[in-house]
Amino acid sequence: MTTTPIIPDVGAALSARARPPRPSALSASRTFAWRALLKLRHVPEQLIDVIGIPVIFTLGFTYLFGGALAGSPRAYLHFLLPGTLAMTVVLVTTFSGVTLNTGITTGVYDRFRSLPIWRPAPIVGAVLGDSGRYLLASALVIALGLVLGYRPGGGVVGVTAAVALLLGFAFGLSWVWTALGLVLRAPSAVNNLSLLVLFPLTLASNIFVDPETMPGWLQAFIDLNPVTHLVTAERGLMAGTATLGQIGLVLATSALLTTVFAPLTMHLYRHKR
Amino acid sequence: MRPPAVETAGLVKAFGTTRAVDGVDLHVPSGSVYGVLGPNGAGKTTTIRILATLLRPDAGTARVFGHDVVAEADAVRDRVSMTGQYASVDEDLTGRENLVLLARLLGFSRQQARVRAGELLDAFGLAEAADRLVKTYSGGMRRRLDITASLIVTPRLLVLDEPTTGLDPHSRNQVWDIVRALVADGTTVLLTTQYLEEADQLADRIAVIDHGRVIAEGTPGQLKASVGAGALQVRVPDPAQRAHAERVLAQALGVPVHPTSDPATLSARVDDAHRVVAVLAELSSAGIALADFALGQPSLDEVFLALTGHPTRPGTTTKEDDAA
Repeated sequence: MTTTPIIPDVGAALSARARPPRPSALSASRTFAWRALLKLRHVPEQLIDVIGIPVIFTLGFTYLFGGALAGSPRAYLHFLLPGTLAMTVVLVTTFSGVTLNTGITTGVYDRFRSLPIWRPAPIVGAVLGDSGRYLLASALVIALGLVLGYRPGGGVVGVTAAVALLLGFAFGLSWVWTALGLVLRAPSAVNNLSLLVLFPLTLASNIFVDPETMPGWLQAFIDLNPVTHLVTAERGLMAGTATLGQIGLVLATSALLTTVFAPLTMHLYRHKR
Repeated sequence: MRPPAVETAGLVKAFGTTRAVDGVDLHVPSGSVYGVLGPNGAGKTTTIRILATLLRPDAGTARVFGHDVVAEADAVRDRVSMTGQYASVDEDLTGRENLVLLARLLGFSRQQARVRAGELLDAFGLAEAADRLVKTYSGGMRRRLDITASLIVTPRLLVLDEPTTGLDPHSRNQVWDIVRALVADGTTVLLTTQYLEEADQLADRIAVIDHGRVIAEGTPGQLKASVGAGALQVRVPDPAQRAHAERVLAQALGVPVHPTSDPATLSARVDDAHRVVAVLAELSSAGIALADFALGQPSLDEVFLALTGHPTRPGTTTKEDDAA
């Protein structure tokens, strides 16, 4: 430790200049998105466990069951990879709730709330900034797939569109966890509860196998599961065979989630003591 | 006529059945340092959180430079910066990033924000640590950064919640210097504290608050006059001399003198510090040598005892913020 320097001239640092005009809602949100990305850069280890699971699943399922389920690991990989891509990003969305819950208990949000800015900006910005996480996670899974021999039929355009749609879905889903993050007391509770919701949704879906061989009641659930429809659209886009209906359904789900949970989040945020 | 920096009337805020703030009336003149003195749980933090628009009052009104904290919250936010008791900077960012972030949120351009952050880091002795993560900062540096973060645009009212709690004396003096420089520059400072000495050092006026109510208000001088200037402690080399010393002291001071748990020490309330010198001389001429003596400021406990007849509630270590 160096010795603490004497404060040289505080008076000189006090600004006589006028306050600049307030930033727009968009500008304030973008600044908060920048904050989220900075945190990702300073604390990259926050991604490890959420990315670890899908990597293990992709490798494990491809080589353990690939031959039995689809004739060869490589053939199965073409079925599985869009699914694990979706699964990864869906699991990573839980972090938006956890980070909000962690942040809001510190004094940092008090400072944000006492600033003359657009009220929802801290949350909207954080959710937008989380797209950085989703992109990073997507890149990792796709790179892994390419190394293992995955060759998407939809090419670069198909894969880009698939990732874009995934980001759109993740944006909608994030609001569920931010609302949860404002209701629950501890970050670990947010994490546990969101994973408790997500594991059935990702397992009881069409990510790993075609649901045709499953019992009727389970097929009924899988048909209602939004993750199933997300995976169907992802497969379609990456293979270059997606229909507008498949894409529209995912976008509509995301819009519905945003319409319900974004205002709920903001209501909870405004009334958070 | 300039409106007062802060004017509250009958302010009430309850959490469940606890009335954390129970009818607080404050009048903080513009351009002054105003101290809110009280023990933990007295309602200090809740009061200033209302002034910083972080809480809505259940009843009563609060105005900051004439603007209502509920109806004109944005106008209040334009004029007030608050540094809370618990770090309101981001530990996972560097000091510089914290300041640039806040400057951007106040409307500075990217370039202006960087320049302003640099100026502040230099002025507050944080330039060396500017690019380190805040979680590696010492308590004093963190607190300075926290206050700096409130000064990106110099606010008209700076609210500091227990700004020196937990700081070493050197860091505490730095915070005091900052407050004095701000006031010299024309900013009004409202600070809460548990230390009478701090309020005495900095504040032009003090409100003593207990159980959510203002129980005394005035200049430090008026407040101390109501409590007595301080406590005199005298220690004799031999416990056998204590009884003799007690009689001499009681006569010279004209107030009751109390033996303490240390068998060689005596303690007395002193209203006039100047008389102490004469009193000590009398002890000497009575043939009583002194091992040690001290004249101390009355503690917050003594202030409370004098004002309320009860000491600060024992065991009140719960954080007000748990309720807030």
